[in-house]
Amino acid sequence: MATLDAPAIVSSRRDFEDSFTLSRYLETGGYCALRKALTMFPEAVAAEVDAASLLGRGGAGFPAGRKWSMLRRSAISYLVVNGDESEPATFKDHYLVERDPHQLLEGVIIAAYALQVSQVFIFVRGEFALGLERVQQALNEAYSHGALGSKIFGSDFSVDVVMHPGAGAYICGEETALLEALEGKRGFPRIKPPFFPAVTGLYGEPTVVNNVETMSNLPWIVNNGGAAFAALGAGRSTGTRLFALAGNVKNPDVFELEMVKNTFRDLIFDPALGGGLFEGRTLKAFIPGGVSAPWFGPELLDTPLGQDEVGGLGSMLGSGSIVVLDDASCVVRATWRIAKFFSRESCGQCTPCREGSGWIERIMYRLEHGGGRMEDLDLLLDLCDNIAPGLTWPPQQTTICVLGPSIPSSVHSALSMFRDDFVAHVNHGGCSHD
Amino acid sequence: MSHFRADIRQRAEELVALYPRQRSAMLPLLHLAQEQDGYLSDEGIAEVAVLTDTTPADVRGTASFYDMFHLEPVGRYVVGVCTNVACLLAGGEELLEHASVTLGCPVGATSEDGLFTLEETECLADCNLAPCVQVNHRYVRTTTPDAFDAMINDLREGRLDHDVPSHGTLIRVKRQGGLRVAKDDVAAERAVAYAARAARAEAAAQAAAAVEIK
Repeated sequence: MATLDAPAIVSSRRDFEDSFTLSRYLETGGYCALRKALTMFPEAVAAEVDAASLLGRGGAGFPAGRKWSMLRRSAISYLVVNGDESEPATFKDHYLVERDPHQLLEGVIIAAYALQVSQVFIFVRGEFALGLERVQQALNEAYSHGALGSKIFGSDFSVDVVMHPGAGAYICGEETALLEALEGKRGFPRIKPPFFPAVTGLYGEPTVVNNVETMSNLPWIVNNGGAAFAALGAGRSTGTRLFALAGNVKNPDVFELEMVKNTFRDLIFDPALGGGLFEGRTLKAFIPGGVSAPWFGPELLDTPLGQDEVGGLGSMLGSGSIVVLDDASCVVRATWRIAKFFSRESCGQCTPCREGSGWIERIMYRLEHGGGRMEDLDLLLDLCDNIAPGLTWPPQQTTICVLGPSIPSSVHSALSMFRDDFVAHVNHGGCSHD
Repeated sequence: MSHFRADIRQRAEELVALYPRQRSAMLPLLHLAQEQDGYLSDEGIAEVAVLTDTTPADVRGTASFYDMFHLEPVGRYVVGVCTNVACLLAGGEELLEHASVTLGCPVGATSEDGLFTLEETECLADCNLAPCVQVNHRYVRTTTPDAFDAMINDLREGRLDHDVPSHGTLIRVKRQGGLRVAKDDVAAERAVAYAARAARAEAAAQAAAAVEIK
């Protein structure tokens, strides 16, 4: 049975049709946390976030408080919010941006106050036309309400927030590529080190980049205290998290669950959550954290939904999206489509990623559509090994950013778990599901 | 002579003023150019180059990186069908094939009447209602071939005009006013805040040292 008694921290307004309006937001306690934060010293607000042990919700899972503290003693020029959600099958930021933009804004203003930053950019994925309109509307309302602009709510703190629309590029979710896009350039990730924009960020100045869901947690943390947040979950995974469940399940949706207290089995099969598979189907595999993550088989269903719990088993919770593949789905086709995605979205700067993704995609295409050869199976592994030497987890990196090392995850998983399916495709001269 | 209409030109200048450096307005300006022309025309690109203090070649080179920018004319409606993994499992490929038949054009092409351009997209982050279809980046949530055809009919007859503006119009909500905080005010405010914070840190350090001595 799933454990569902945790408070809804970021999805508390989910049942309201007008959850995105200022009036509904104010009626449900909106902007109280910001007013409270403004009565505290900025470093005291940051200390609450530290105490919450809030892990970044973008995919890498780096502690938000630590990201901030690297710079807390010096001047930070910009806060940039990453709303460029495009990891396949991830749709939790879509929910937060479209359905609760004021909660996002309140979190953003709290963060700006804690960091003492007066210029914020919220980068919202370009394909979220409605989300862009909702965020802009919320910004306009927040300015009229006195929550943004000069001396907000009569305090000594002033801040401007600008929404920046993306234009369709997965790679802009990578924080240095996002900064390039924000500087008006092609979204090429920057060479590391420096590893964090905190050192050299927007226009070469110290910048903090945080994810939309990370920001959306802040109003609750300020209202209830970091300790209350840290009391939820277990180990390093504190609080709740939005999980996006997709694929072959009866009830795919976004669910807010307490970290670690539930397992993948709960999420996929509980009637209040995923509702199980379709009639007569059995589970073949699932992807635990976005298509950059290695796959899990049914034997790992009882793994708790926690960062280290999943990380210790050779995969990651990543972007919080879980894709379910049942026994009727073709893993070769799914792998081919994921390879095609990476090939399309590779920015092309690094050879292993640019060439490797295209080569893998072409091999996967012929395996799926006919023309595949038995030696292709080892060739695939060899290619994967060239992109991420050793095929370990976390992967070795031969490229500027982590898009490259994400390519082998699906191919390597599918080949290790379902080699017979690949062999059958070769023998059959293509997919036998058609 | 501006290629942009007066209202678009005004919004463009307001956008540029929102950023510390004018080149940062590149993506929003390109969206605006598409709003006026439906795609990125040579004239639109030239005007964005002037507004961002770059060259037309630089603007084109930047725009070509991004899927949402069209360097050639497209239909009034750009129909995107997702075939990425969650949609694939729900029949995205089949729906894309069906869309191609309904619209009478291959993927990546524009229908003969110039009304529709069909695209295969990557994940659109609406995976609970798969397969996902967007028209001009608006979710239309038609997951079956029949629903898709009905939606296309509605578009043809203008019944969805309110929900789906013509291609290029992305954000219909305008920002009310530019930046409200003057740079000098920020600098003064920060100087006071940093000094106060340093004083608090100093006091805390002294208190800690005093405890240690005891």
